[in-house]
Amino acid sequence: MTVETTEKKPLSIRDIRTALESGSNTAGHLVESCFQQIDARNAEINAYLSLSRERALEQAARVDDLAAKGDPLPVLAGVPVGIKDVLTIEGQQATAGSKILAGYHAPYTATSVQKLEAAGAITLGKLNCDEFAMGSSNENSAYGPVRNPRALDRVPGGSSGGSAAAVAANMAVATLGTDTGGSIRQPASFCGVVGVLPTYGRVSRYGLIAFASSLDRVGPFTATVRDAATVLGVIAGYDAMDATSSPLPVPDYTAGIDNGVSGLKLGVPAEYFAEGLDGEVRDAVEKTIDQLRAAGATIKPISLPHTRYAIPTYYLIATAEASANLARFDGVRYGFRAKDSNTLSAMYRRSRDLGFGAEVKRRIMLGTYALSAGYYDAYYKKAQQVRRLLAEDYLKAFAEVDAILTPTAPTPAFKLGEKADDPLSMYLADIYTVTASLAGICGLSVPCGQSSEGLPIGLQILGKHFDEAMILRVAQTVEALHS
Amino acid sequence: MSESGAVSVEDVRRVAELASLELTAEEEVRMLRDLNAILGHVSHLNELDTTQVAPMAQVSEVIHAGQATVLRADEVRPCLHREDVMASAPETDGVFFKVPKVIER
Repeated sequence: MTVETTEKKPLSIRDIRTALESGSNTAGHLVESCFQQIDARNAEINAYLSLSRERALEQAARVDDLAAKGDPLPVLAGVPVGIKDVLTIEGQQATAGSKILAGYHAPYTATSVQKLEAAGAITLGKLNCDEFAMGSSNENSAYGPVRNPRALDRVPGGSSGGSAAAVAANMAVATLGTDTGGSIRQPASFCGVVGVLPTYGRVSRYGLIAFASSLDRVGPFTATVRDAATVLGVIAGYDAMDATSSPLPVPDYTAGIDNGVSGLKLGVPAEYFAEGLDGEVRDAVEKTIDQLRAAGATIKPISLPHTRYAIPTYYLIATAEASANLARFDGVRYGFRAKDSNTLSAMYRRSRDLGFGAEVKRRIMLGTYALSAGYYDAYYKKAQQVRRLLAEDYLKAFAEVDAILTPTAPTPAFKLGEKADDPLSMYLADIYTVTASLAGICGLSVPCGQSSEGLPIGLQILGKHFDEAMILRVAQTVEALHS
Repeated sequence: MSESGAVSVEDVRRVAELASLELTAEEEVRMLRDLNAILGHVSHLNELDTTQVAPMAQVSEVIHAGQATVLRADEVRPCLHREDVMASAPETDGVFFKVPKVIER
């Protein structure tokens, strides 16, 4: 058996479709070769926490039956996918990267996963992440860190580190991740893949283990922009099970993707090119901006004046919401329960203390503090007010430009352990991604170069609410310029 | 935000109790250090006058400004099967979740 998934040339969704339609390959064969790649690489990368081989081969057999009969194939037929372990699949484990959910098997399937599988995608397994999606390096997983496939001494980014690494190491053609403050875009940047943050409300959160409900979003990782557009088109759309889900129709995101950037106005915010930005990241992003100008775009300097307040605003709001969401983990209904507690309240406290890791406890503590009597107005309400100012910055900017270009992260992937003992420095590294999270706008990261050490660098492209088609079109141009 | 700015170890214990967390002595020391570092950074928000700014709790109020929120119909639907849910419970008699006694006699 040949192994199609080599490190150098990832399969695209289109390649898979062509192969299945022509009969030159089968879904079963594709899935087997993905599992071979996982067997070869996962021990060192640690992207997958669990595999569902039998289930995947059953799904593949169904796709191959369709293909053998010559029936029309659904849009993701035979596409091997991995799912971040904060999204549920009925009967499968869902750890959220936490010991407190060890052994838990979900009784229902997340809408985003259900839509992927209904479109013919084949789920290989569940992917590692920071505990409850809280982290920027994947070092907060209770199941060990993920290593960056592009440089094994580096972090893959977080919190969706396993989702980015699996695509980068050809252990899946597409994966789902989640992004609350940058958890799709930053790992995409660090691992050299494409990661999309859809507009808040565009993709259902049903079946997503909640971190911060007003910020959490589900989105795809892929090797190419076109594949990201295809997967987004499948998972987007209204869902009655998510009250914040948008009823707006879902366009064909691949339709205008090759239209280029001629005539587009692209904004470049001065605040994102200030102190703290790595020189090589700056060079790669500025060079790409010059190339987009040469390709016909008008580059317009803009200002997002409240940017410097985004990190404290984000960390107050996200932790306040987390402290409420994570109250449900109490050892009663599911997950870990500390043994030998004499009273109910002792059982709650001990289960939570033994079940949660250090970063999760830190965030629960910060959020509880920000919401507590006497501090609510000074912290939580203040952060909500500044959140509005940050959102208004974008509304004003988007009155003048079609999309905004920034670095995704201030540096390329850092080394494992480099920031692990300094939570504030880890938080500050989210500076370019948290603003879009707070404002609810869409964004993505697309590779735009590499450092002298060969580490990937990502360009972040931000768009108006529900204007994913625009940012994918700009990203497609960037990808074409670099290939 | 408190002008003195510093969280005390008593604050850490009070908040841990509110959050149903039982921190070890070592965890308390670290939590004190980390919360003070983070809240020190958070104090930059005080530079902004927000007295005229309405709090923003949800993105939808910006995206769909002026539109009524659409709620789904309040109707009875099938829910998850009890046995599927109880399968993940740490302790159950099959019908109820079992917990340590709540009321002292």
